[in-house]
Amino acid sequence: MLRIVIAFCLSFTASAALAEIEIKQVTSPGGINAWVVEEPAIPFVALEIRFRGSASLDLPGKRGATNLMTGLLEEGAGDMTAQEFQTAREGLAASFSFRAFDDTLSISARFLTENKAEALDLLRQALVDPNFDQDALDRVRAQVLSGIASDEKDPNTIAGNVFNAAAFGDHPYGSSSDGTVESVTALTQEDMFDAHRNALTRDRLYVSVVGDTTAEAVGEMLDDLLGALPAEGPAAPEDVDFGLAGGVTVIDYDTPQAVALFGHKGLKRDDDDFFAAFIINHVLGAGGFESRLMTEVREKRGLTYGISTFLVPKFHAEMMLGSVASSNATIAEAIAVTRAEWARMADDGLSAEELAVAKTFLTGEYPLRFDGNAEIAKIMVGMQMVGLPPEYVVNRNHYVEAVTLEEINRVASELLQPDDLHFVVVGKPEGLTSTQ
Amino acid sequence: MKRLFTSFALMIAASVATAEDVTTYMLDNGMEVVVIEDARAPVVVHMLWYKVGSADEPVGASGVAHFLEHLLFKATDVLESGEFSATVAANGGSDNAFTSYDYTAYFQRIASDRLELMMQMESNRMNNLRITAADVETERQVVLEERNQRTENSAGALAREQFRAAQFQNHRYGVPIIGWKHEMEQLDLTDALDFYDLYYSPNNAVLVVAGDVKPDEVLALAEKYYGVIPAEANLPVRERPQEPPQRAERRITYVDQRVSQPYLVRSYLAPERDPGAQTEAAALVFLADLLGGSSFTSALGQALQFDTQTAIFTSASYDGSNLDSGTFSLVVAPSEGISLSVAEAAMDETVAAFMDAPIDPERMESIRTQLRASEIYAKDNVQGLARRYGAALTQSLTIADVQAWPDILQAVTEDDIKAVAAKVFNRDQSVTGWVVASQEEAR
Repeated sequence: MLRIVIAFCLSFTASAALAEIEIKQVTSPGGINAWVVEEPAIPFVALEIRFRGSASLDLPGKRGATNLMTGLLEEGAGDMTAQEFQTAREGLAASFSFRAFDDTLSISARFLTENKAEALDLLRQALVDPNFDQDALDRVRAQVLSGIASDEKDPNTIAGNVFNAAAFGDHPYGSSSDGTVESVTALTQEDMFDAHRNALTRDRLYVSVVGDTTAEAVGEMLDDLLGALPAEGPAAPEDVDFGLAGGVTVIDYDTPQAVALFGHKGLKRDDDDFFAAFIINHVLGAGGFESRLMTEVREKRGLTYGISTFLVPKFHAEMMLGSVASSNATIAEAIAVTRAEWARMADDGLSAEELAVAKTFLTGEYPLRFDGNAEIAKIMVGMQMVGLPPEYVVNRNHYVEAVTLEEINRVASELLQPDDLHFVVVGKPEGLTSTQ
Repeated sequence: MKRLFTSFALMIAASVATAEDVTTYMLDNGMEVVVIEDARAPVVVHMLWYKVGSADEPVGASGVAHFLEHLLFKATDVLESGEFSATVAANGGSDNAFTSYDYTAYFQRIASDRLELMMQMESNRMNNLRITAADVETERQVVLEERNQRTENSAGALAREQFRAAQFQNHRYGVPIIGWKHEMEQLDLTDALDFYDLYYSPNNAVLVVAGDVKPDEVLALAEKYYGVIPAEANLPVRERPQEPPQRAERRITYVDQRVSQPYLVRSYLAPERDPGAQTEAAALVFLADLLGGSSFTSALGQALQFDTQTAIFTSASYDGSNLDSGTFSLVVAPSEGISLSVAEAAMDETVAAFMDAPIDPERMESIRTQLRASEIYAKDNVQGLARRYGAALTQSLTIADVQAWPDILQAVTEDDIKAVAAKVFNRDQSVTGWVVASQEEAR
């Protein structure tokens, strides 16, 4: 039996205008859950599907298998070759996107009301009955290998790979989910079927739907679309500590502008201090033009076009990261200013006025995110993945408002550790050498 | 006397019943106002577009349009440096700006009840900048770092710059939007202010307001804040140097050790969308899709990636949204072990075969369906719609042209496509660029 459990409304009270989003939770007869917003204004549907695990589930020696498998989901299914499948999809004007990340396998679909049954049937075949034909495997493998080769000459990717390897070693987070030339070259059809069976399982499935449909229709569709997938997959990897000590690693690379990726350990998404850290990160480096780092490094000194910081709570590790790019002659100064700002925030925290301004922005900006079917669907599926309930959309601004200056300043001193920052710098930076 | 133009969805043919609720006005000082209604969320996008871009710059001052865009976030007579963006953020909004060959645009995205504040600030900085020499020094470093990030650090971007400079022999489309580095280094306060004083005026601007707003309320605010600014009497007629007849094809090999995947690009001059004359442009949209839109179903994809393993990537694209000439481009990245000359020959054979064969009616129908659907999907993104109108109106198209475009696309025939293809595929008007890591790869 179909269950539509909770209907939930988000009212945009931050504004004079009032808009409402009604989130419905539906469970299919087969036990698959989805969050649904019925929005009939435009005759199409946005569907977001996530599987937790993804590339972290690559089997030993098979690095890159999940990524390659995901790339092959659009390359033939059922009795259709890749070209037949894509001809059918294009004829329906549906769009499907399949992406494998470290922890998340992501499927975004968009299709018209007028042919949604046909579009969903096509998507179903891609998800539950992909072919992994050898010629498609070879063709997509060549594309992946070309991408790996390009990454080896891209300063930003070089920095990321070096940073992750040093921070996480043999854990899946320590290597690129694309795999290596050697591992990808060795992957077989059998590896694709294994990766598919391991990564697309109903125990790690999250679904949201927004658009010209009803919760009831979604509930009836879910079992057809996803019911044939295995109930369970293999165990997720263990949690891992951030293993990179403070310092500098210089990777010599002949390019005019050096890029730096930096960071230290962070905190979990469900940590009691998360919202305090969120505000700190916003003021320090995530708030665009208004952040302290943009003010100091760009606006006052002209050392960069952009600098930003990120809280990165992954499922098995937590980081606080940042990135900046500056000419080889000036990157050392950009890094020195960044360290000084890190220390200033750790030591002095925020002023009451800075906190008030940050809260006004963060609470005002939040409802603006809900401005399209695809956007709302992405937000809802993301919430499910980190275990947030639908009512979070209403309570979220209260969580931001509730953070006190005392909490902020305590968390700043705990979270921000300038001596723990490690900078991986790719380029020919003047005045910078690797620490031990 | 204000002139009022209103057009609604019902005026558009039912086959593409997707046109937005759009209302347009013209203020007495010559400023156009476009209002796009979408009440699904209490959000407004406020965009001010100036009909000036990098292709309007004086010779020797490349990059000044984009440099000025950065400087508009500095002080005015009533706003301190940085206060504009800080005020937007303090109201929960975000703001930014962008510069292209034909336009410079400033936008904010914010709760719709803050629209008046946005208009107040945006209208203020149209005429009242107070830039200092220190601002210029620091911000010039910022735009040079932007060039480093976008261009100098990217072999592909440097190659594109070379190819474009060769494609346009006289038009300023051949000069990079961000500027040539040596000219950017010399930009000064006078360059920026001369450009600002001449081009930043209401009769050279288009206001696009999209979201949860009412047209009459937007008009009242626009009159209050923008309507009082005098028109610029000396605004020059927008006639830029045009291309001479191009009489010889150009071939370039760009060598950069940061290239890992060799590829080739062939670009041709192509007609752009013009007011009341968009049929050739519409046919070129189909041509790009048929030749290289989807690697699975396009001519190049089928021939080079499926029937043979000549390439790992192919594409065709048409850039027809320009005030002046557009370009039509083909890209092929050869498979391991395939030389660029073999790949280029295969590309040319595929295009020749396409020209000789009839076009599959099912492919035409599929493209029409996708174009019709793209209008439906576009309605989900009100900022995208705002950009569509802003770009078109700064590139000489009219509201009527924008709204006729979907129907013109639907009406494209095989004959239209073959005719425009025969005209565009003229090697004398083409640039063929090879991008390689070393001369040894250029074979």
